[in-house]
Amino acid sequence: MMSIDYTDLIPNNVELGADRTLQRALEAWQPNYRNWWLEMGPEGTHDLDIYLRTAISAEPSGWAQFGHVKMPDYRWGIFLAPRDPERAIGFGEHRGQPAWQEVPGEHRANLRRIIVTQGDTEPASVEQQRHLGLTAPSLYDLRNLFQVNVEEGRHLWAMVYLLHRFFGRDGREEADALLERRSGDTDNPRILGAFNERTPDWLAFFMFTYFTDRDGKFQLCALAESGFDPLARTTRFMLTEEAHHMFVGESGVARVIQRTCEVMKAHDLRDPAQVRALGVIDLETIQRYLNFHFSVTIDLFGADQSSNAAGFYSAGLKGRFEETKRADDHVLKDRVYPVLTVADGRLTEHEAPMLTALNEVLRDDFIRDSHGGVARWNKIIEKHGLPFRLKAPHKAFNRRIGQLAGVHVTPDGQVVAAAEWQAGAAHWLPTEADRAFVAALMGRVVEPGRFANWIAPPPVGINRQPIDFSYVRFD
Amino acid sequence: MNTTLNQHLIDPEICIRCNTCEETCPVGAISHDSRNYVVDAGLCNACGACLPPCPTGSIDNWRQVLRHAAYGVAEQLLWDTLPVQDPALAAGTGPSAPPAMAPRPWSAGQPALNLFDHRRPARATVVGNYRVTGAAAASDTRHIVLDFGATPFPVLEGQSIGILPPGDDSFGRPHHARQYSIASPRDGERPRYNNLALTVKRVTADHDGRPVHGLCSNYLCDLRKVETVDVTGPFGASFLMPDHPAAHLVMICTGTGAAPMRAMTERRRRLQGDGRQGRLVLFFGARTRDELPYFGPLMTLPAAFIDVHLALSRAPDRPKAYVQDLMRAQADQLGGLLADPETYVYVCGLKGMESGVLAALSEIAAARGFDPQGLLATMAAAGRLHLETY
Repeated sequence: MMSIDYTDLIPNNVELGADRTLQRALEAWQPNYRNWWLEMGPEGTHDLDIYLRTAISAEPSGWAQFGHVKMPDYRWGIFLAPRDPERAIGFGEHRGQPAWQEVPGEHRANLRRIIVTQGDTEPASVEQQRHLGLTAPSLYDLRNLFQVNVEEGRHLWAMVYLLHRFFGRDGREEADALLERRSGDTDNPRILGAFNERTPDWLAFFMFTYFTDRDGKFQLCALAESGFDPLARTTRFMLTEEAHHMFVGESGVARVIQRTCEVMKAHDLRDPAQVRALGVIDLETIQRYLNFHFSVTIDLFGADQSSNAAGFYSAGLKGRFEETKRADDHVLKDRVYPVLTVADGRLTEHEAPMLTALNEVLRDDFIRDSHGGVARWNKIIEKHGLPFRLKAPHKAFNRRIGQLAGVHVTPDGQVVAAAEWQAGAAHWLPTEADRAFVAALMGRVVEPGRFANWIAPPPVGINRQPIDFSYVRFD
Repeated sequence: MNTTLNQHLIDPEICIRCNTCEETCPVGAISHDSRNYVVDAGLCNACGACLPPCPTGSIDNWRQVLRHAAYGVAEQLLWDTLPVQDPALAAGTGPSAPPAMAPRPWSAGQPALNLFDHRRPARATVVGNYRVTGAAAASDTRHIVLDFGATPFPVLEGQSIGILPPGDDSFGRPHHARQYSIASPRDGERPRYNNLALTVKRVTADHDGRPVHGLCSNYLCDLRKVETVDVTGPFGASFLMPDHPAAHLVMICTGTGAAPMRAMTERRRRLQGDGRQGRLVLFFGARTRDELPYFGPLMTLPAAFIDVHLALSRAPDRPKAYVQDLMRAQADQLGGLLADPETYVYVCGLKGMESGVLAALSEIAAARGFDPQGLLATMAAAGRLHLETY
């Protein structure tokens, strides 16, 4: 049994107390983290009592303990999934060798880079979402937002632990830099583009948690296969928390759709303008948000041809999604994978070495997974007897990274001229007017059990609590 | 009431397919396809490990169903919504009903649970594998002793363990664990050694008599000494024996359902020197005398220690008898025991025996002037009536 030591300043299940140097380093980082939270964490929330879950151990029964806490007092800690002493590296050139418990010298720079890139997204998303609390459609949603935020904070802790524990002075400097970059800052931005965009409204937040946190899930799944065992165990435990974020996204969008469909059916409406007039978000706008978040998110997987991806895999640093469940040689030297390019004005597939196409492999796994939720959203529309169907756009639509960057492809996958694409963009991507309309709907609802007009209540509460439970207390 | 099952189900409308439950389940009862995540009622032991990690609440759904009509995995994979609860069976369900866990006897020991799962199984060594059915019997039932060496594996009589057969299924996934009742008492098959025994029947035909090759039973029955086995568990927090000496045990079993009864009987036998004890009554069914596991050792136990009634359904020299027939023949004794609050009843064996046994118990209770359904419900609620059929 691994339990978390709450007598330490930093809750952990990694026997932090036995390593005084590391403990001191983290105890020095902790006040900086707290200052970052107070400055850049959710705005105006420091005195609220919020019904949050806190991990008290990495066992199934222990990591979901619920109670009202103030966020600055949240016990962010360091939790790793239990260690399997017999775990072997599952892929690449070191396949079959015992997993590394320390960083191999030759992979030090690459592992640090992987960890910093992952770690940077965690505080970035807290920064992106820091104003959303002011327009939450219910206490239930407000609480879910804050749960996502504190867990992103904990994921930052998880990465900082690895940097401090295994990367010496370089690691400590990187850990400090994670608190210094700012989402959207022109001088010192976050590393990945999508994490420098503000999350302007709750529909965008739900789409972000559905699509972009799902990118997080796939990256974490790939890292959970890593030959570097502490990284694998850290990300394995982070995945249990990541699931909640995707729940917030999938159920959030579902409840927006549910409400829109209810109103459309009750008033027998199809015209988006008439739907909007009743204070709900038309399905066409939801489709445009979907197109935007889907296309921006799949860029996060990186270039479709990447020697870095090949190197990370062969070295055993980063595997594929569900690597151990796949039936192939896990070395992939002779395998090929279809990659999309534009030739003669048409999208064509050509075969590329699978090793260099591993970003594309992970992107395609993500796309398959994200289609599932879109199909479930469509079931809600279908249930209301409406003909509209949402659709994830073509993989080549609106891309900024890789061979498809700058290619003009419609959501249906047609290559068109630049002018035609520009003309169509207003139908495919959210316009300023769309965003202004959605923003105008956003108003804070803080009465327990009440929900803003544009979103349906959830079918069940959190942790068996009723829907009208005081998920956030303001006094 | 006892032929119903509080079946654990996942709400496909709320579930987001995040795989957390499947990762968490210690017995491998949860699986998925591209559409749904589902729970195998034959494997789920309602331990509740999957409930807190689920981010959605979709995991916490229960339906009272007739045990033989539980929703199968193939059926659940096609669902878009949960089925409605049959109102005739509805008592005690609802989204916030706790998992169906019958209480254990008040004096039962505190069981250790789920110490090892399929990701981190305990490794045991085979130290014995003997045939316990007669040479003339068609069925091959074996007594298999597993030693855990220095790995702590605490168990109580009535608990079970999971065995992970090696290799993958046709989908390339590792085989899931099969559960077996422990046939030895808590201090080990060999006292004070870290070992336990299982009673395993080699499966060569399915319930309808069609020939099949039971994957795990054949694996176990073919194991030789010094070979190792991956074990999960222990499981079971309800089907446990009372520890207070005044308790009477009525044990009703068929075939390898004898395993927990053997464990409890052996526990009592080892405590014999400790003063006056409650009565032990055993109703034991098999097709022929040769197919009764442990027949020889059973017959050597003195009648003053245990009252044994053997029911043979295919013996050439006598008419067919089932356990419920012998129970009716012992109606006087059983009626007295049912009226005694110190009586604990255990039923273990093939699913088909359950309705017959409950009917016999009801008749005997009614003849004593009890409301039979009320009495059996009271006993179950007090942890004095336990059924484990498969």
